[in-house]
Amino acid sequence: MKVLAIDTSNQPLSIALLEDQQLLATMTTNIQKNHSVTLMPLVEELFERANWQPQELDRVVVAQGPGSYTGLRIGVTTAKMLAYTLNKELVGVSSLEVLAGGFPETNKLVVPLFDARRENVFAGAYYIKAGKPEQVIDDQHISLTGLCELLQAYPQVVFMGKDCLQFKGQLLDRFSSEKISFAQKNFAYPQAYILGLLGEERKPVNIDHFVPRYLRLTQAETRWLKNHQETNHEPYVKKV
Amino acid sequence: MEKQRELVLAFESSCDETSVAIIENGHKILANIIATQINSHKRFGGVVPEVASRHHIEQVVGCLEDALNEAQVSYDDLNAVAVTYGPGLVGALLVGVAAAKAVAFAHNLPLVPVNHMAGHIYAARFVEPIIFPALALLVSGGHTELVYLAKPNSYEIIGETRDDAAGEAYDKVGRILGINYPAGKEIDRLAHQGQDTFNFPRAMIDEDNFDFSFSGLKSAFINTVHHADQLGKELNHADLAASFQQSVVDVLAHKMVKALRKYPVKQLILAGGVAANSGLRERIKSELQDFEDVSLLMAPVKLCGDNAAMIGAAGYIAWKAGIRADMSLNAEPSLEFPLKK
Ligand SMILES: [Zn+2]
Repeated sequence: MKVLAIDTSNQPLSIALLEDQQLLATMTTNIQKNHSVTLMPLVEELFERANWQPQELDRVVVAQGPGSYTGLRIGVTTAKMLAYTLNKELVGVSSLEVLAGGFPETNKLVVPLFDARRENVFAGAYYIKAGKPEQVIDDQHISLTGLCELLQAYPQVVFMGKDCLQFKGQLLDRFSSEKISFAQKNFAYPQAYILGLLGEERKPVNIDHFVPRYLRLTQAETRWLKNHQETNHEPYVKKV
Repeated sequence: MEKQRELVLAFESSCDETSVAIIENGHKILANIIATQINSHKRFGGVVPEVASRHHIEQVVGCLEDALNEAQVSYDDLNAVAVTYGPGLVGALLVGVAAAKAVAFAHNLPLVPVNHMAGHIYAARFVEPIIFPALALLVSGGHTELVYLAKPNSYEIIGETRDDAAGEAYDKVGRILGINYPAGKEIDRLAHQGQDTFNFPRAMIDEDNFDFSFSGLKSAFINTVHHADQLGKELNHADLAASFQQSVVDVLAHKMVKALRKYPVKQLILAGGVAANSGLRERIKSELQDFEDVSLLMAPVKLCGDNAAMIGAAGYIAWKAGIRADMSLNAEPSLEFPLKK
């Protein structure tokens, strides 16, 4: 199976080409540059390196979120459009799980997180079993305090992702250094090869309905829902 | 010999419409699928960019699928992929740009970047060919400008709004009158039932340039209504609408006439969302009677709003002229035509 894997969910951008679970080519950047400018030229380049034609592809795997809304949309639009237009399979994988998937076997609870601003995070929790992440706590948008409460019950927790270091002080205020630890730098960035491996095992999705997992409503919708109900409305989007 | 057909697939997602079209030879619509988000943004009284971007990504594949089915063409039949890359809402534009790039890459098709405002002008191409040099009066929710077209693919601004676009003023005034967003159509309807009794200011009408300003008109309108409110007086909404519309139309028509005197053109093109306004259409038609050598080309009412057909028409001309983007094409939210020297 020939797989293209794309992760543009945060500032790091990672893409990979896999053939039967072998890595053919990959590129990861962590440059403050628009993914819109960077993504497709890199895809083009990797296809050239691997000497692939777009039609040869079997599946596109994309990090579906959470993450930066704009970043997610660039990756997800590209992935769903490639899959649709080439009539290939599409699979989405949690952006947090991509990080967890890079972590070695451990008895600790693995908690990848992204900063979501104002003391909030996007986070989930996984056990790594037989080299694969198994979800224990759903990916969610949650306050740091709320996350800490969810983690009370677990004896050993390791935090992952480059953003977890900025919360290090606050986390160590709440938990003992025996209970929590922080993954080393080499696990801080998503690797599209891992994304591709995870995605290869999943069932393909309905391409038309596929959207990013933002895990958060827009502010406008949240405000609107305070005074309104989501029932019996006309379709929000209509073909005319 | 039969002319070979040339097909452009076009994407438009600059604001609150997701649209995909397939255009034959630059002027025949094989498909023009438009998914409008108006019902969603009505909740908020105007377009919310993040909500718009989310809807675009939900819609874009379905629109492409419908367009291909309706046009009965396959990717092998296509010659180019055109896409709006600006101006507009950056998050919204990015969905169309990413989608167009993916299709162009997958099928090895040339990618043609299109300025949304050039698209609005080329909506008129579905009525008749454009004759150069031409002058376009572009009036929409985000833009109000006079554009000089010396030749195909040449767009130069000779005048533009210094503050609000005309369509923006319509929406703000609509809010005061309790009319739901978007307010243009309803104000136009009301205006036809009223009289210009308030005589609102015609900003910059006597200035020696081709620029516009609508924020003063908007303020005058708001002050008039608030003042009456304080006195407990109820003003006639039809007269308010008529007075507002008359002021907008007067300024637009006046500057257009001035521009036609300075720049002898063969054609005047009226386009943009507000170009669907019947008051404006009637007025421009009557002004043009004084210019025997200038033909009038108005974008069809149903193509005045945002749609991908117009992007396909402008994209066809750009493709013929060899304009191409590579895979690094980005959205340019503040893209503008150059000023005429
Ligand atoms: Zn427009």
